Amino acid sequence: MTNNLRFKTSKFIDETYRVSFKFNNKTYFGFKGDTLASALLANGIHLVGRSFKYHRPRGIMTSGSEEPNAIIQLHDNSSRTEPNVRATEVEIYEGLVASSQNCWPSVNFDIGGINNLLSPILPAGFYYKTFMWPASFWEKYEYFIRKSAGLGKSPKVADPDIYEHKYIHCDVLVIGAGISGIMAAKMAAKNGFKTLLVDEKSYLGGSSIYDNSEFSKINNQITSSWLEKEINEISKIENLEIKTRTSVAAFHGYNFLLARENLTDHLPINQRENKVRQRLLKIRAKKVITATGSIERPLIFDNNDRPGILLSSAIKKYIDLYGVACGENNILFTNNDTAYETAMSLIQKGIKINAIIDNREQIDSKISYEVEKNNIKIYKGYTVVDTYGYRRIDKISIMKLSKDGQTVIGDKTKLNCDCLGVSGGWTPAVHLFTQSGGKLKFREEDQVFIPDFYPSDQISIGSCNGDFGLEEIIKNTLSSIKKFLDIDNSEFKTVETISGLNQSKRNIWLLPSDKSIGKTKSFVDYQNDATAKDIKLALREGFRSIEHVKRYTTTGMGTDQGKLGNMHALGIISETAGTKMGEHGTTTFRPPYTPLTFGTIVGRNVGEFFDIFRRTPIHDWHVANNAEFENVGQWKRAWYYPKDNENMYQAVQRESKAARESAGILDASTLGKIDIQGTDASEFLNRVYTNAWSKLAVGKCRYGLMLNEDGMVYDDGVTTRLDENHYIMTTTTGGAANVLGKLEDYLQTEWPELDVYLSSVTDHYATISVCGPNSKKIVSKVIPDLDLSAEKFPHMSFKNAKIDNIKCRVMRISFTGEHSYEINIQANFGKSVWEKCMEAGKDFNITPYGTETMHLLRAEKGFIIVGQDTDATMTPIDLQMDWIVSKKKFDFIGKRSLYRSDTIREDRKQLVGLLTENPDDVLEEGAQIVADVKKTPIEMLGHVTSSYYSPNLKKSIALGVVKGGKNMLGQKLIIPMENKNINVTVADPVFLDKEGERLNAKL
Amino acid sequence: MFLINCPFCGEREQSEFKAGGEAHIVRPKQPTELSDDEWAEYLFMRKNIKGIQFERWNHVHGCRKWFNIVRDTSNDQIKAVYKMGEKPPVKQND
Ligand SMILES: [Zn+2]
Repeated sequence: MTNNLRFKTSKFIDETYRVSFKFNNKTYFGFKGDTLASALLANGIHLVGRSFKYHRPRGIMTSGSEEPNAIIQLHDNSSRTEPNVRATEVEIYEGLVASSQNCWPSVNFDIGGINNLLSPILPAGFYYKTFMWPASFWEKYEYFIRKSAGLGKSPKVADPDIYEHKYIHCDVLVIGAGISGIMAAKMAAKNGFKTLLVDEKSYLGGSSIYDNSEFSKINNQITSSWLEKEINEISKIENLEIKTRTSVAAFHGYNFLLARENLTDHLPINQRENKVRQRLLKIRAKKVITATGSIERPLIFDNNDRPGILLSSAIKKYIDLYGVACGENNILFTNNDTAYETAMSLIQKGIKINAIIDNREQIDSKISYEVEKNNIKIYKGYTVVDTYGYRRIDKISIMKLSKDGQTVIGDKTKLNCDCLGVSGGWTPAVHLFTQSGGKLKFREEDQVFIPDFYPSDQISIGSCNGDFGLEEIIKNTLSSIKKFLDIDNSEFKTVETISGLNQSKRNIWLLPSDKSIGKTKSFVDYQNDATAKDIKLALREGFRSIEHVKRYTTTGMGTDQGKLGNMHALGIISETAGTKMGEHGTTTFRPPYTPLTFGTIVGRNVGEFFDIFRRTPIHDWHVANNAEFENVGQWKRAWYYPKDNENMYQAVQRESKAARESAGILDASTLGKIDIQGTDASEFLNRVYTNAWSKLAVGKCRYGLMLNEDGMVYDDGVTTRLDENHYIMTTTTGGAANVLGKLEDYLQTEWPELDVYLSSVTDHYATISVCGPNSKKIVSKVIPDLDLSAEKFPHMSFKNAKIDNIKCRVMRISFTGEHSYEINIQANFGKSVWEKCMEAGKDFNITPYGTETMHLLRAEKGFIIVGQDTDATMTPIDLQMDWIVSKKKFDFIGKRSLYRSDTIREDRKQLVGLLTENPDDVLEEGAQIVADVKKTPIEMLGHVTSSYYSPNLKKSIALGVVKGGKNMLGQKLIIPMENKNINVTVADPVFLDKEGERLNAKL
Repeated sequence: MFLINCPFCGEREQSEFKAGGEAHIVRPKQPTELSDDEWAEYLFMRKNIKGIQFERWNHVHGCRKWFNIVRDTSNDQIKAVYKMGEKPPVKQND
């Protein structure tokens, strides 16, 4: 540790607790209480990274979440690695490992630095202009760009940490625990409001907590002492909850806010086991008080980005809070009084200040006179025009500003320094306020945007509201909180303040130089390497809106969202374009305010909790019998049951043959089931299905097709009339919830006069389908009391029955074209009935089959699957299902749309069967269908929707949609594939047993 | 995220609800009597106003009831909530 940089005076640093950490593979020491940035600075390290585009050496610039440069990778190559972490926010702990990002092979020698030399040919929009043309080359460029650019490395293994979400409801949320936030929280809590105070730092009090200056006093006490007492007091208030290390990420409408609470990031790794690392707080506050403070502005001049150039307030914080000097030969460069506070802090510690460069001609404040008294040379009306030093600043040159501040005059003077503190005044941190929908107004006097219109019950106080002087902050905080909370008792009897600063400022967005702008590199966005020159170029090229300039130059698009330079970008735009500030809009600050980890966002919803799985009552049997599963919506459905070493194709071929030759069994429990009751149930079905329902007899089943109002097929399924006023409707597995929602919609909003009640009973029943020529024998063994004769129990009918005294419903319906039964029984008996069926079917080689075989069997019969053979553009007529559309019914959902000019077009895509010339060629689902491959561009006529090799027909079969396909029976078409064209013939979509002999065979 | 005052359940988070488009569009009683243009007007044409908008919402993860709300789309403030079939308590200005 370089001893002459550390001053043992700070109460925030525990000098008895030494902490070792690694930075770029070298071990260093710091103290408990240090951030990584303060510990590095104490070790004399400024250079921590390379910039994004030019790979310029960059150092620590700030002391907080606004840091654009000092972003590092934590614990590289470990499961806890995290990229893009700001060194200024990391609290050090024993064993911390950090490394520089964006540099190769090392931060001191970086190959990408060649871009800096190439910078004359890397202007704004360079990537767009160069690499996008010719378009086909993009893929090649991209590889190299991605390799040399990029910010950090993402983790390669699972995150071992635990994260969680928590809801918080409060009367008052106070964001920011600086002086105004502390006062507001105290006033709210003492007046009975349930209050939550959050701050992103590990300590309370903001920048006032280390303000030990004689020049700002409250009630005749040094600010920090006064504030300490207040903090002590509020920590005892019962209805006030205080959360430090908690950063508000988003402020949404209706006072809904998201905040990240850091719980273990400051602990050594071995102390983090089984603890929640970060918590996402979902806060709903009746009232919000935003006290987020302000961010010091840098100044924009040539080469303003070298390591060793810091914000002046950061230099003050490093010395006052951490006891660390950023340099031994300091120069301060300012346009306002802030830098003089820093100067006083340095003077008190005996740290050398070579000079102060001040843009202002006239400086008239107590604090500036005091600084002058200490024999510090102040260059009034001067500006820095250039800086020198590659890995660390070693010199600056300065010149006198002209009266209007637009040019520089006189001679150039060079001054030595190893640290330059810059201050361009303050920018209110209005990010959260604008996220909430707040509107800003521009204050001309000091060139700041401040809150104007509040969209919800909220208020901004302190410097985020544009109050910068101590007296103003305290006075306005007291009066506005009283009004906002409608309270008389302020808890603060008399508060008298003394301040040695005045608020004068000479604002020049882009400082002039003796060089032409084209030869300067005056950085506006440090992280993305956007310069003033780039912004001017964008304007010359015609961009006007700030949002366009931002994207073209990438200003403000880094992980810091341009917290430092956005105002300068706006200023340069308005100066160059000759318009008023804000006229081109202000940039939109989007959540999150500071980056969130993925862990925080997902919380506990990881692994099996990421999305819920729905399992059928027979699931365990499928697992025990080697089933492979398919996700259908949230359901886990048995897909196929491989035997021995079968692959999917072999298993499906075997299952499909068995189902047609003897018997198959399918778990159909996932089908949506809606119980429909009421005196108008039949009328209701008439209105929602395309076919007629009034005449369906009790005990009968019917297939129905449901359309959207636009005439497109929405869902299908079999509905059974259980009783006069009682039906059970089945829907597709994936469509169940939507169908119920749609039916409820019509019932509640269009037809409230109908006496109909709907209940979802999907989960209440297990559904077992037994099919095949031997299905009747099997079911008769399982339900011996049930008369299965064709006369008593014909196809498309239903019977109540009992299995071991348990009631069940049996339907004779078929989705395979085989004689089949569907047994519906209370869910908890599902597995035992399934096992009974298996037992009864033993002699008949009963074969369990999954969804893949089900799909194959129905395709042989040309039955559609809604969502596979249809998308939202297929009418029943397109599907060649005219037979199911009632001509007689006065109305049903979608009827009118079936003869709109668009839906009656002959050349719509229509469902057809496809047979390949070579019966062994199986088409790819989704493959395009064309007629002519010679004429370019090749016209696409449609695509393949379902395709299988049918073991029962011993040939490849497919369904597809083809323009005008209805009239193309027998026509030859082509499926162009990567390495060959497959010839197909348009066929009837019913490939097997068109006459239905298998279904009606006497068994 | 809004807070919506379901007329049947009270104030709940927006995530419990589903938006259902513009309110007060009545399904024609005799669709077959309508020309293509008239039917298209019912089927496709919806307002997208910056300002006061009348909307249907459904408490999908609650009581499953449909109801109407009056929302200012420029700031998401909900001016009124009322049941299906009821007259809007706020005037429609279009
Ligand atoms: Zn409700």
